[in-house]
Amino acid sequence: MAALLAFAESRSGELRKVAFEAVTAARAAADSSGGGEVHALLIGAPGIAGRAEELGRFGADVVIVVEHPALDRYSPEVFAATAADRLRAGGYRAAFFAASAQGRDLAPRVAARLGVSLASDATEVELQSGAVVARHPAYTGKVIVTLRLTGEPALLSLRPGAITPRETPRPGRVEAAAPAMDPASARVVVTELTQSAGARLDIGEAPVIVSGGRGLRAPENFKLVEDLAAAIGNAAVGATRAVTDDGWRPPTDQIGQTGRLVSPDLYIAVGISGAIQHLAGMRTAKTIVAINRDKDAPIFKIADYGIVGDLFEVVPRLTAEIRKVRGTQ
Amino acid sequence: MKIAVCVKRVPDMELRFAIAGDRKSLDQGGLKYDMSDFDGYALEVALRLVEKQGSGEVELLCLGPDGVQEILRKGLAMGAARAIQLKADTVPVDGLAIAQALAAELGTGGYDLILFGRMATDTASGTVGPMVAELLGLPCVTSISHLELDVGRGMARRDLEGATETVRFPLPAVLTIDEGIARPRLATLKGIMAAKKKPLEVKPAALGEVRLIVETMALPPERSGPKFMGEGADAVPELVQRLHTEAKVL
Repeated sequence: MAALLAFAESRSGELRKVAFEAVTAARAAADSSGGGEVHALLIGAPGIAGRAEELGRFGADVVIVVEHPALDRYSPEVFAATAADRLRAGGYRAAFFAASAQGRDLAPRVAARLGVSLASDATEVELQSGAVVARHPAYTGKVIVTLRLTGEPALLSLRPGAITPRETPRPGRVEAAAPAMDPASARVVVTELTQSAGARLDIGEAPVIVSGGRGLRAPENFKLVEDLAAAIGNAAVGATRAVTDDGWRPPTDQIGQTGRLVSPDLYIAVGISGAIQHLAGMRTAKTIVAINRDKDAPIFKIADYGIVGDLFEVVPRLTAEIRKVRGTQ
Repeated sequence: MKIAVCVKRVPDMELRFAIAGDRKSLDQGGLKYDMSDFDGYALEVALRLVEKQGSGEVELLCLGPDGVQEILRKGLAMGAARAIQLKADTVPVDGLAIAQALAAELGTGGYDLILFGRMATDTASGTVGPMVAELLGLPCVTSISHLELDVGRGMARRDLEGATETVRFPLPAVLTIDEGIARPRLATLKGIMAAKKKPLEVKPAALGEVRLIVETMALPPERSGPKFMGEGADAVPELVQRLHTEAKVL
């Protein structure tokens, strides 16, 4: 049984949640097609090998660790050359990347180097005999496309949040490898990596997202959304395009067709009417809650739970109730 | 400075979609098309670079059936100098097959920059730009929100999740452009008139082998409507209760 490869994304020496999602997806695909090994590829500065055990916990049999002092930051050419080399040498059946900013940069490069196809932004993957099948929400999520990839390895990138990381411990045996090219000869160089201000949870990593729209009326009212997110705990704050266009929130908070595409477990839409642009970014959330004054707002058509009412009354009450529930647990 | 901008024609996303009888494609009835949003940003970036330098020109490239000429004319009306249609009856879903056709054309053009939108708004894949770069052996920076060019090199910024990368690269290069970098201009009447006289060349597309195919297309399951709809702040306790016990997300 040919092994599967999962790319383990890291930043500043830490694994990102999408790394566990990729390993989990590969483990599940391997197990459902009669077993087989899952290998994880982990690239970073010296010391990154210390993270290998975490990948074993989520189902990696082998962790291929590529350490180099110049790889403390992402280097597109070195990462692509190294991943393509491993895939070529290892005879893998499929490789799983994240459809994150880094994965979306890396996976197409690897596909082109290997001359194989890539299914992007998949929410489900299945190994069938002779092909890999992936489901991918397209046309702003209004159409679900089932894609068939022939040829090996089949490359996939997974929508962040679509796969829930699951612990299924395996050995996570470390195999050291060298970068496939000298990092000093890379033409594209990341000269600086600036973490955004604050230790806010990123909308791509958070299991819960609380988003605000124009219904909040003024930027300072986003405090209501932030308070609700804080009460929930593991929640990030998102926004609609209207709000980011007006400068109430940074463009990186935008969820939608031209912003981030997310799949959290819980999405709470506050004062969001539900324009197509916004729905495109969040309609694959597992549970959707909408709070809006207008009972005919399109957001209610896709919501699982809704409250029609004045958000300035409903949201503080919701925050208080959640604090109460949390307090009694 | 010679800049190529690759654009894609996509359906208007506001419309209601229906699946055709073959269950593998969209029902074309009632569909309207336009240039993909991010490609508009890429074109605007290209036009501004040429305007700033006072020399050079912007060329458009689009793969697809004859209907794509409409968006090429639109781009010409915005200010591009010339356009090429790589003619193909249908646009495959396999990004590599498309990239191979584009690279075959772009490889002979002697461009300083080749620009793409970050992704097409229909498939949201974003694979063709970096694939073209790899096929041509060119440096590539994806999803950039800020760009500065110097002689023979450039600096770009790209937004990651919760962070920003500053990236240095030499020219010629392939870049994919994120939203917000520059708002696309509207074509003027004068531009629209001028566009009619600008060259639009049609060539056959040398598509690569298609190994990624659409097996089925389906509309997402209809949501049956909310499981719970309350009114006002008094509905909050029940909502919290249901999120806790029914949806198990709190």
